[in-house]
Amino acid sequence: MKAIVFATRNHKEIVRDPITLIFGMGLPVLIMGLFSVMQKNMPFGLFEISNLAPGVIVFSFSFLTLFSGMLLGKDKSSSFLMRIFASPMSAGDYILGYVLPLLPIALLQIIFCLLTALFLGLSFNISVLLMVGVLIVISLLYIGFGLLFGTIFTDKQVGGIFAIFVNLSTWFSGTWFEPDMIGGTFQSIAQLLPFVHAVNAARAALSGAYLDVCLPLSIVIGYTVFLFIIATLLFKRKMRGQY
Amino acid sequence: MTIEIKGLTKHYKEIVVVDQLSLCIEKGEFFALLGQNAAGKTTTIKMLCGLLPPTDGDAMLDGESIVHHQVAAKKKINISPQETAVAPNLTVLENLLFMGQIYGCSKIEAKKRANAQMNLFGLTPRQSSKAKTLSGGYMRRLSVAMAMMSHPKILFLDEPTLGMDVRARRDLWKILSQLKGEVTIVLTTHYLEEVEMLADRVGIMHRGKMRALGTIQQLMHETKKHSLEEVFLELTEEDSL
Repeated sequence: MKAIVFATRNHKEIVRDPITLIFGMGLPVLIMGLFSVMQKNMPFGLFEISNLAPGVIVFSFSFLTLFSGMLLGKDKSSSFLMRIFASPMSAGDYILGYVLPLLPIALLQIIFCLLTALFLGLSFNISVLLMVGVLIVISLLYIGFGLLFGTIFTDKQVGGIFAIFVNLSTWFSGTWFEPDMIGGTFQSIAQLLPFVHAVNAARAALSGAYLDVCLPLSIVIGYTVFLFIIATLLFKRKMRGQY
Repeated sequence: MTIEIKGLTKHYKEIVVVDQLSLCIEKGEFFALLGQNAAGKTTTIKMLCGLLPPTDGDAMLDGESIVHHQVAAKKKINISPQETAVAPNLTVLENLLFMGQIYGCSKIEAKKRANAQMNLFGLTPRQSSKAKTLSGGYMRRLSVAMAMMSHPKILFLDEPTLGMDVRARRDLWKILSQLKGEVTIVLTTHYLEEVEMLADRVGIMHRGKMRALGTIQQLMHETKKHSLEEVFLELTEEDSL
């Protein structure tokens, strides 16, 4: 109950800051449109909509990292978090309160991007729905990164870190180009990070290769669980004033 | 007795921030904790609010130990932190409802309490304004009103009038004086005029230790000084220990 009350407050804080929200919804749609136009003038299929859409949707989730990180960071620097740390809420209530309001935003991002992709030629079938489910799971990974950043850094630092995060996570995700096009260390790093697996899981779901979803999605889930455990532990330490 | 502090201590490695603090505060008392910057006031408040674990010692808040029954102790208290600590995109009413509900009030009960607090703190005309649009004075009022939403037995006010203009500060004093007797209040401030106006008793901390405790008259008598400011300066001289 307390987590729901806190989630409602966090939802209002996010949606009442519409510029960031519109940017988080609009930029991925714009990118998808631009890359589709580029594809039409390319002699080879680098940005086919069935390949591009899952990657861009995963890219859009990096804004969830920004939203959750900024909100938590702001609450910390304004002492709002101190006020609620003094209340009888548990660390679980806080974490859930920060996660829940971001899930409908993730769903909205998926819907906006999918509608754009359908407009740009993506065919609708049952695999699209499966991909939506896979994407919701992936969104938790990005929310987890935001919680971790927001717990460790201030809101101003989160802004700077987001700029680095959005670039690194997208380069290593295989959204714009496959990591094996560069190969070597770049490809090895990409395989170690969760981003390429997130995009691969979404692409596999959309293409109907359901068995190919399992391994990359498991890696994403593993990373997500790890991030949430670390964020919760750090959050508990923060609540006890230990760092 | 609402607050019983016994040997409360906080160390950060070798640095002692609060050193064996012991004192009792009566039910309904308005107690002012004074001290220079880094005297240990805010650390003391944070320990009492369960935001920092004490290195040693304990405190009983309305019978609940801050070490052994922290959740129960937290239900009895509330704090208005140094910064205004409001949710900026929520309206005045929404901020108050939020605070009531995280302390377990139903929506109806929270609304009832919010209306009462808005009346007391003069916030009713601004109930639909987003907190970020309020002036500094109104934001401080909202901050204290939010802390009152849980009907705490003990209210901690950490420099509640910091940065407020004279009129806004006096307006808030008027409101706080109405709370006297109803709730035990522990105030930290650098404004001695505020203490003279509101406090029943004063504690002066210096380098983590309680240097003096009593009413303003008692402290002036003991130190043979003519004002609280002189008492404060005498007791917080750097070589006074």
